[in-house]
Amino acid sequence: MQYALKRILLGLPTLLAMFTAIFVIIRVVPGDAAAVILGDQASSAALDALRLELGLDRPLSQQYLGFLGGLLHGDLGTSLVTKRPVLEEALRVLPNTLELAAASILVGLALGLPLGIYAAIHRNAWPDYVGRLFSLIGLSLPAFVSGILLLLAFAIQLRWFPVIGTSANAGPWDRFLGVALPALNLGIIMSAYVARVTRSSMLATLGEDFVRTARAKGIGPTAVALRHVLANSLLPIITVVGLYFGTLIGNAVLTEIVFNRPGLGRLILGALNTRDYTLLQGLMIIFASFVVLANVFTDLAYAAVDPRIRNA
Amino acid sequence: MTASLAILRDTTRFISRGGVFAWAGLFLLAAIVAMAAFAPLIAPYDPLAQDIVNRLLPPSSEFWLGTDSYGRDVLSRIIYGARVSLFVGLVSILVAMTLGTALGVISGYVGGRFDAFVMALVDLMLSFPSLLLGMLVAAVLGASIENLIIAIAVTEIAPFVRLARAPTLMLKEQEFVQAARSMGCTHQRIMRVHILPNLIADILVMGSLWMATAIRTEASLSFIGLGVKPPTATWGGMIREGFENILEAWWLAVFPSVFVFLTVLALNLLGDGLRDATDPKLRQRD
Repeated sequence: MQYALKRILLGLPTLLAMFTAIFVIIRVVPGDAAAVILGDQASSAALDALRLELGLDRPLSQQYLGFLGGLLHGDLGTSLVTKRPVLEEALRVLPNTLELAAASILVGLALGLPLGIYAAIHRNAWPDYVGRLFSLIGLSLPAFVSGILLLLAFAIQLRWFPVIGTSANAGPWDRFLGVALPALNLGIIMSAYVARVTRSSMLATLGEDFVRTARAKGIGPTAVALRHVLANSLLPIITVVGLYFGTLIGNAVLTEIVFNRPGLGRLILGALNTRDYTLLQGLMIIFASFVVLANVFTDLAYAAVDPRIRNA
Repeated sequence: MTASLAILRDTTRFISRGGVFAWAGLFLLAAIVAMAAFAPLIAPYDPLAQDIVNRLLPPSSEFWLGTDSYGRDVLSRIIYGARVSLFVGLVSILVAMTLGTALGVISGYVGGRFDAFVMALVDLMLSFPSLLLGMLVAAVLGASIENLIIAIAVTEIAPFVRLARAPTLMLKEQEFVQAARSMGCTHQRIMRVHILPNLIADILVMGSLWMATAIRTEASLSFIGLGVKPPTATWGGMIREGFENILEAWWLAVFPSVFVFLTVLALNLLGDGLRDATDPKLRQRD
């Protein structure tokens, strides 16, 4: 418990550094942000009004403090286009994105773990080669490419799944159908990473003395593989799953665009197209917070599987 | 002559150690590079020539991969698009590799507070989703080929800093470095002549793996609309246009997608095989 608390507190400086980085990047817009947003044809009065609205007339230090102060109150600013609070816009579609992320992590682990375990046990035999090729194919597929191919095959040709994202008040079955294909898309790509690290981590553990001892005691191969080898190979797997979270977010953005699902991804595309910089900044801050949260959870998961870390 | 033959022999042996995967990747990549290099000779049509009469035609003997909504030949656009993808991928990875390696070597060599600061920055960059970082940078800078290269390079500097720094920490304590210093070598010369050559093989292998990611990122950013402006043919841009017509003309999105996939796969196969070849732990088992 103390460990958990310490780990959460350690995440705060990272979070602050990320927020600062986002603030800086958004403000290095070459030239005048107001001019970039409004275009070349804008009148000087309109430019002045927008500068005032964005707070660009104030010194940078004041802008930064105001930005951090707002964050402390949960204020991410107001969207330049819809004039509604950024947080409100994001929270409205957040459940869709979380649903997709959770479903794809489930698919990724359910596919990737068995594949990696099987490949490690049959090293240098054909299941291993098939598994390695599968992993490389998964690593090489941009999320929008595999998404388009799945959409064409299963939604447009075979009509098993809806082409257009499900509406908010759909029944549970329709909701499932709506999330199934995008989650499969993200899950297959994730399973490639999981299978790869599971294989290599299992291979490293297979050479240990305690594995030989377990075998010598007459424990069956499946029990050795799962209870002795896999249990001791979990740390690198957790690391990769934790690190993959950042990639998952990027891929989820692309997948939501392809499958036309309401979510943070479509919101970010809208912000890019309309040059809604406050919305863009707010969404980046939300994504950064999720990444830091995922890092904290990863460390807590280490402690859960390895008592040596918990008691250190 | 004999020297270059020896290099060729060593390279062949090195790739062979990477196995079937490395060879398959090399041949696939060579084919795609050749396609890009000889684009004007291979492409059956002008990639920009519009022909409204022949718009949205499915693949046929006349237009092998069909035509798009302006009547442009998809195959010719894919062949020319290879130039943009490979160029952006190669230049951005060269920029990231050069800056990242230099920063990593200096950081590891100098040590102390500077090193701690650089590593904190690297950890920060590694934990931020790279595609989102690329989107942010590309959006802020505006869409052009130079900005696209900068955006992709920014997302890929951090891994090279890490990769170059770790062995530098070990190498700078070695006797040959101490000897060089006692002979009066400047720090700059030690880093350049005595440390860098020891890391360059690993860096180049990583480079081919990260170039795969660079090409994937380029296609992704172009698909979102942050890439090179139309009418220039780019794979990501073609997929974007094709996706808008996906219900009536599947070939527009599918064929450029296949080429993005094959290029990334080729680089991953090559890089993966070469990494096995440089890893002494994996080498022992053969």
